[in-house]
Amino acid sequence: MRLLRHRQLIWALLIALPVVLVIGMLSGAVWITPPAFIATLQQSLLEGVSSLESLILFSIRLPRVILAALLGAVLAGAGAAMQGLFRNPLADPSLIGVASGASAGAGFVVVFGGAFFSAGWVPAGLVGMSLVALGAFGGGFVAVILVYRLATTEAGTSVATMLLAGIAISALAGALNSLFSFFADNDMLRRISLWQMGSLEGANWERVGIVAVAALLMVAVLPRQSQALNALLLGESEARHLGVAVESLKRRIILITAFGVGIAVATSGIVAFVGLMVPHWVRLLIGPDHRYLIPGSLLMGAVFMVVADTLARVLILPAELPTGVITALLGAPFFVSLLIQQRRRNYSGVLP
Amino acid sequence: MESVSLRLHGAQLLKDVSFAVQPGEVLTILGPNGAGKSTLLRVLSGEWAPGAGEVTFNGRPIQQWHAAERARAMAVLPQGATLDFPFTCEEVVMLGRTPHDTGLQRDTEIVSAALTAVDGSHLRGRIYTQLSGGEKQRVQLARVLAQIWEPVADQARILILDEPTASFDLAHQQLTLDLVQQLAGQGFGVVMVLHDLNMAARCATRMLLLDCGRMVEHGTPLAVLTPDNIRRVFGVSAVVQTNPLTGNPLVIT
Repeated sequence: MRLLRHRQLIWALLIALPVVLVIGMLSGAVWITPPAFIATLQQSLLEGVSSLESLILFSIRLPRVILAALLGAVLAGAGAAMQGLFRNPLADPSLIGVASGASAGAGFVVVFGGAFFSAGWVPAGLVGMSLVALGAFGGGFVAVILVYRLATTEAGTSVATMLLAGIAISALAGALNSLFSFFADNDMLRRISLWQMGSLEGANWERVGIVAVAALLMVAVLPRQSQALNALLLGESEARHLGVAVESLKRRIILITAFGVGIAVATSGIVAFVGLMVPHWVRLLIGPDHRYLIPGSLLMGAVFMVVADTLARVLILPAELPTGVITALLGAPFFVSLLIQQRRRNYSGVLP
Repeated sequence: MESVSLRLHGAQLLKDVSFAVQPGEVLTILGPNGAGKSTLLRVLSGEWAPGAGEVTFNGRPIQQWHAAERARAMAVLPQGATLDFPFTCEEVVMLGRTPHDTGLQRDTEIVSAALTAVDGSHLRGRIYTQLSGGEKQRVQLARVLAQIWEPVADQARILILDEPTASFDLAHQQLTLDLVQQLAGQGFGVVMVLHDLNMAARCATRMLLLDCGRMVEHGTPLAVLTPDNIRRVFGVSAVVQTNPLTGNPLVIT
């Protein structure tokens, strides 16, 4: 049943991550061979000489692969935390409305942002985030706060209500998005739909910095919740009887997930299925214990995302596919096979 | 527990219930469906605050206990636990050690002792989600045992069980009742809801008969299990005799 020991997996991923990062840096419209890579490394680090290769490697591809790794870690970590919170292995960060809220926010800015901008109401952008990114982050955050408020009463936050509220708010955001698209011209429509596919095309060091904040926050906070998340899998009252402060745990998980996914969506659009699939793979390999599942998911997410983004860049050279298309193409069949497996095993009570 | 009452959404769930459990006692709570048994356990374990009255545990109001501190002396097994993630049984029982930091080695010893106590040591490496209902229930019982296996800071320990034998076969029902008595012998207080009057009679030192949130009778099995009480609460006529094997009351319906 367990295919690997948790230490084996963590070590394998720690070795794989630098390997895929380097491969990602070498691949692209201009292929760089390993000897050329080492030569460029020597030249620019030791002798301070810059060349075309060093420009491609360090100004274009390095921020891109690092952004991919950080995004993958954030999305997968958020997915693992959500699946624990909802006590459901099929949960996904988009359940709490982040993604659809962000879409609506981005759509709004694409369609109406120009009017505000020409009226001089808003600054052109903030710390490397475009206006669209800010709109997406704002939209995602508003959606999560609405979902959370709807599900929270004096008696605490009901996870089941949150699921339903997430569906309702997502539907509302989807409707708003359609409305904005209706008012959009052709160019705007293309921008909206490209944004929704998720792409890392605009990678730069500022974006890396922003996503790094979210990733560091997750690395700092999530592993400390792992014992409590394990206890929560038994049920809410069971966790309470084990001494877990359930309400504050839920609040912490929702906030950090919303923040992380909000940032991820704002910088790179909607990259689908990473948050769902990666924790699942890790669970299949080493079991559901959050003490290993969370670090495993963070690392596996990073590796997977770098691979997917590299594929997106090289599959149809000289053009480039949106990364979200690759993850969804890999993810959707996986999801279906998972459903079939679980149906075969007669896995009861997976869906709430 | 002192004259506890609870109203929720206008319904009187508990009315003026008072009792105390001493270390070494087994209190069984009896009553028809909807009598308020599970509600009583919720209030007793501090999960719900009583509307009126007070619950104290080891001399201190239950709401004033820090959750983790309380979890080291009070373990609760609710009804129908659901766990859909493929933990091994050993890992599930290990979750009972969440409130402690006694170290992996001691925890592992306690986990295997708790599994042995419920006749589950052969389940240790099995995947929980693939077990039968009765096996799952035994693993959950081992989990709450592991939670309060050792006394912490000399606090009296209490075990609260909601229908612990519901999905057990005959042998494991007996084993659980023996285990409960043995734990009481070690100084645990035990409160449990049971539906089977005769099983309750076998292991209880005292009984609480509940109907519509009120205490109908509270006392020894002999005092509680009278034909009169049984007719009043369950609406069933019964004969009460002495069990020739144990000397406890035996209810024949």
